[in-house]
Amino acid sequence: MSEQEFINCCIGGMVKVTVKDGVITRMRPLRLTEEDGGHWTIEAKGKKFSDPRKTTINPFNIAERMRVYSENRIKYPMKRKNFDPKGERHPELRGKDEYVRISWDEALDLVAGEIKRIQGTYGKAAVTAFVSSHHNYGLLYYKMGPMPRFYNILGYTQLLDNPDSWEGWHWGSMHTWGWYWRFGQCDNFDMLAEALKNTEQVIYWSVDPNTTAGGYGGQETIIWREWLRELGISGIFIDPYCNATAAHMADKWLAPRPGTDAALAEAIAYQWIVDDTYDHWFIENRTVHFDEWKAYILGETDGVPKSPDWAAPICDLPAHTIRAVAREWASKKSMLACGSQYGTAGACRNSYATEWASLMIHLIAMQGIGKEGVNIWGGTAHGAPLDMSFKSAGYSDVGWDVFGLVAKQPTFPDRNPVTQKVYRILLPEAILDGHIEWLGEGFCVQYPTQQFKPMQYPEPGPNGAEIRMIHRHGGSFISTMTDTSKWVRMYQSPKLEFVVMQDCHWQSETRFGDVILPASTNFEHEDISEWAQPGGYGNGNVNCNHRILMYQQKCIEPLWESKPDYQIYCELADRLGFLEEYTEGNSEEDWIRKVFDYTDLPKHISYEEFKKKGYFVVPSLPEDYKPTVSNRWYYEGRPVDTPDRFNPLQGTDKATQLATPSGKIEFVRTILQEHFPDDDERPPMPRYIPLYEGHESKGVVEKYPLQLMTPHAKFSYHTHQDNKILWLNDIPQHRIVKDGYAYWPMRMNPADAEARGIKDGDIVMVYNDRAKVLGVALVTERCRPGLVHSYQAAAKYDPLEPGAAGSIDRGGCVNLLSHSRMTSQNAYGEANMSFLVEVRKWEA
Amino acid sequence: MARYGMVIDVKKCVGCYNCFLTCRDEFAGNDYPGYSAAQPMSGGNWLKVNEIERGRYPHVKVDYVPVTCAQCEEAACLTLDQTGAVYRRPDGIVMIDPEKAKGNKDLVNTCPYRRIEWNEELQVAQKCTFCAHLLDAGEPEPRCVESCPSGALVFGDLDDPASEVAKLVAAGATEVLRPEFAMGDKVTYANLPKKFVAGTVVYGDVDEVAADLEVVLGEVAGSRITKTNGFGDFEFEGLADNADCTVKIEAPGYKAVTLSAKTSRDIYLGEIVLEK
Repeated sequence: MSEQEFINCCIGGMVKVTVKDGVITRMRPLRLTEEDGGHWTIEAKGKKFSDPRKTTINPFNIAERMRVYSENRIKYPMKRKNFDPKGERHPELRGKDEYVRISWDEALDLVAGEIKRIQGTYGKAAVTAFVSSHHNYGLLYYKMGPMPRFYNILGYTQLLDNPDSWEGWHWGSMHTWGWYWRFGQCDNFDMLAEALKNTEQVIYWSVDPNTTAGGYGGQETIIWREWLRELGISGIFIDPYCNATAAHMADKWLAPRPGTDAALAEAIAYQWIVDDTYDHWFIENRTVHFDEWKAYILGETDGVPKSPDWAAPICDLPAHTIRAVAREWASKKSMLACGSQYGTAGACRNSYATEWASLMIHLIAMQGIGKEGVNIWGGTAHGAPLDMSFKSAGYSDVGWDVFGLVAKQPTFPDRNPVTQKVYRILLPEAILDGHIEWLGEGFCVQYPTQQFKPMQYPEPGPNGAEIRMIHRHGGSFISTMTDTSKWVRMYQSPKLEFVVMQDCHWQSETRFGDVILPASTNFEHEDISEWAQPGGYGNGNVNCNHRILMYQQKCIEPLWESKPDYQIYCELADRLGFLEEYTEGNSEEDWIRKVFDYTDLPKHISYEEFKKKGYFVVPSLPEDYKPTVSNRWYYEGRPVDTPDRFNPLQGTDKATQLATPSGKIEFVRTILQEHFPDDDERPPMPRYIPLYEGHESKGVVEKYPLQLMTPHAKFSYHTHQDNKILWLNDIPQHRIVKDGYAYWPMRMNPADAEARGIKDGDIVMVYNDRAKVLGVALVTERCRPGLVHSYQAAAKYDPLEPGAAGSIDRGGCVNLLSHSRMTSQNAYGEANMSFLVEVRKWEA
Repeated sequence: MARYGMVIDVKKCVGCYNCFLTCRDEFAGNDYPGYSAAQPMSGGNWLKVNEIERGRYPHVKVDYVPVTCAQCEEAACLTLDQTGAVYRRPDGIVMIDPEKAKGNKDLVNTCPYRRIEWNEELQVAQKCTFCAHLLDAGEPEPRCVESCPSGALVFGDLDDPASEVAKLVAAGATEVLRPEFAMGDKVTYANLPKKFVAGTVVYGDVDEVAADLEVVLGEVAGSRITKTNGFGDFEFEGLADNADCTVKIEAPGYKAVTLSAKTSRDIYLGEIVLEK
C-alpha cells in the first residue's frame, strides 16, 4: 500500500491531499513549519494576535474528494443521440435527448469540423465560447486560461461578462469616488491591524463574510472576527436576512426590506446632518457638491426631508431604530464593511443598486474615511500584514489570456481577429432575437466612461455575424444569471447549429450540448498559483493569513476518459492547424516553469524544490515596515502609498487625489451629469429609487407579495459543489432531503408561512409569472416578514418536464424566477438580488 | 500517558460544518485496520452539528453544538458490552473493535447519547475514535479539530495542566451535555446555549430608544441588572430553562413597567414602550 501527499489548491483553500494506491483518500489543511516563516503579530488594546500556523479550508473543499469522484462527473466523450451533423440536428431536443458514448477522436473531429464549417460558412464571428467563474483553481487552468487563448488565436465572438458581483459599485460608486480599476471599490491594505487597534465598531451592510469570504480564502478570516469580538468591537448588521455572520455575532441586526437600503442610508445622513455629527473638515476639504446633496436630504429641494420618519415605512424599520443606528455609528470609530471582494453581490445586485453603492461612499465620507479607525473594510476580509511587494501573478493580470504573462506572443487584447462582442446576460436575447444593444465593454476597468460605450450585436458591417455555435466551458448560468428559462429557450434555438459542452461535471447546461467533452479537475493535472490571488482588478485582495504560492501537484491520473482542458484545446488546435502557435512549443510544465520565473520565487527557492515541496510562504514583512492603511493617504492629503499596482495616479502629480474629475469624492456624480444628465434611474445625485420589482410595485405586488432574495451560498461556490458533493445534502442549510429527494431550502418568516398553511419541512412551490421552482420550506425567524430567502447556487436544474422552458423546476434554481431587467436603463448589470414571488404548499 | 479530551466552545462555533465534513473525509470509505472499519460513503454521523435558532425576529441568533462520542470515563457502551468488543486505550479513548463488534447491533443502544451508529453495509457498530490512528502516528489532534477555523474545538491532554484543554476545564466554565447521565464525559462544552430574556425599550412620548437605562431581572436564582445599549436593547443571557422571570424597567418621569416571562424558550419581549 503506497501513500503519498500532494499540495493542491481549490477554489476555497489550499489542500494537502493524501493519495493511497492512486486514489485520493483525504483533503486537509496545511500545518506551517517554523522553516516556512511568514509570522506576524499584531498588538492591539493590550493583546497580541498572531498568524494561525495552520491553513483553513472552506467546507465544500474539505469534501472536495467527493467532487472529484462524483457520480456526476462526465466520464466519456458523448454525442447527443438525435444530433446528426450530416443530417437532421434536432435542436429542439436539446435538454431532453439521450446521449451515446463516442471516442475522443470522433468527438474532437466533430468539434474541429464544426468550427471549420461554421466559420467557413458564416465567418469567424459565428462562434462564441465562454466559461463560468471559479470552477477549477490554478493560474493556467482558470477561466482566463486555455479556453480564451485558444479562441483568441482562432478568432471568435468574445462574450463579455457583466460585472456580475460588483454591479452597484461598478455602475454607481465608480462615479462617486473613482477606483474604476477596482470596479468602484477601494483597496483594503493593512486593515486588520487598523481595525483591531483603532476601531470600535463595524457596520456590516449587506455582507456575510463568514459565508462569502470562504470563496478563495478558505476560512482564513473567521478568526479575525473572533478577535474583533474578543476586543469588544461591536458588530451592527444590516441585511433583510439574519445572515450566518449576523446570527453568530451580531450586536444588532437591522432588517430593512430588500432594496430599501438606499432610503436607510439617506435617513442616516439626515440624522447626522441634524445632529451635526459628521466630519465638516473632511467634507470641506476632500469632497465636492455636498451642499447640493445636503439640501436634497433635508428636503429643501423637493419638500421631502429624508428623515428617519420618512424612511421608516419604506424600510419597515422603526424610526427610532434608524435614529439609533445613526447615533451609534457616529458616536464610535466605525468601519463600514460593505463592498470589496467579499462584500460583493448582496444589495449591489438590486435594481438601481448604483444609488445604494454611491450612498455608502457618502456615508463613510461624512465620517471622514481614512482617519484613524474609520474606513471601508470590504467584507472584513482583506488586509493581514503581508508583504505585497513580492511579485506573483493573478488570473486577471492579463485580461483574457493568463498565458500572456509569459507567452512570447500574448493573445489578448489584440490577437483575436474578430471584433464583434456579445454580452453575457443578454446572450439568450442575442440568439433568440438576433439583435441586442447595450452599454459598456463588460468588465470596465480601463477608464470611467468605458462603461458608457454603446455596443451592439451583430457588429454592423462585414465582420459581424450571428452566432451559430457555442462552446460552453465549465459551469452553468441557469442558477446564477437572470430569468434563466431563456437559456433553455436559447439552447433549443435552431439558429444554434452546434453546441459543445466541456466540463468536469454534468452541470445544468451540459444537457443542452450536442457534443460533450469530459474535462479533468485540478487534481488531475499540474498548475501553479498563488492562493486567493486574483491579481488585476483585485490585486492585493488576498483574504488569507499568509501569501502562499503553490506548485499545484498532480495527485491522480485523469479519471475515466477525462482530459485536462489544456490538452483538449491542444488537440483541437492541432486539428485546426495552430498547435504551434497555441503552445509556442511549451509543455504544460514549461508554462509553469515560465510563470515561476516571472514571479519573485526564484529569489527564494529553486524550481526543483518548489515543485517537490509544492508551496512557498512569502516571508514576513521587515521589522521596520510602515503600514499603509487604505485611504489614510487621502485623508491626510499625501500621495497614495498603498501597494495598489494599477492605481494610475500613483507617481503622478495627482497622486494625492481620487480618480474623479474633481479628484475628490463627488456627492453629485459629475461624470453622470455630463453623460446622462436626465437619467432618472441613475441621476447625477444619488438617491433612493424604489425597486423595479419590489414592495411598491403596484399591479404585481398584489399577486406576488413576497420578496425573494438570492445571495451567494456558503456550501457551494456558485454551482460548482452542489449536486456533486452529496455529503452537502446532509447540511440542512444547504439542502433538505424529503421523500428521498434533496430539495433546495426556501426560507420564510413564520408568520408568512402560517398565513399560507405552510409548515417547516413542507415541499413548497415558489412562483411568479416567469417560473415555478420547488423547494422545502425552512421556516425561520431569521427572515424578516415578507421575505423569502434562497441562495443562488443550486446546481441541479431538474424540470419536471425535461427540456420544456416553462416547466416546474424541482432542483431549486431560483434565478429562473428573477427578472431580466438591467440594474437601470443605462447600467447594464444584473439585478437579481430581489424580486417578487408567491409561495404555496406543493401538492403534486 | 496522555488522557485525551476535548472542549467545544459554542460561542466560537460559526456553523461551517467543517468538523462534520472532515469526519466523513477521514472515515468514509477509508479503512484503518486495527482502529476502525470504513464509514459508509454517505450517511455517517460520528460527529454531527445541532443548529439551535434562538429568539424571534428581530432579535435572533443561532448557536451550533457539535456532538460526538464523549469518550466517557464511565462509558455505558463499555460497561454494557458483554462481548469484549468495546475497550479503552491507555490514553482513555474508547474504541469499538470492528472485528469483534461484527453483527452486534445491540451496541448501538448502549449509548444514552446515541453516539454509536450501525453500519448496515459492514454490519458493525461504529463511532468516533478521536482519530486514534492519527494520534498514534504522531499527529497532534483529530481531523475535526484540525479543520476548525475558529478554534472552537480544543483537543489535548486533560492531565497536562499546561494544555489548553486542561486550562479550559480548570477554569470551571465547561459542562457536559447531559449531567444526569453521569458518565464522566471527556468532551465537554463552554457556552452551551441556555435561555435569554431580551427586549427593546422605547420612550413612547418622544419615539426614541431608551439607551443606558437600568433593567432588572428577577428570578428564583436571584436578581440581575443590566443596562440597555444604544438601540434600547437589553438581554439577559444564560438563564435556566423554564425559569419564571420578571423584568422591571424604571425611568425617571415614566411609569414603571414590570413584565413577566417564562424561559420555556428564548424570550424576546419586543418593544417595551415607556409612557409618561
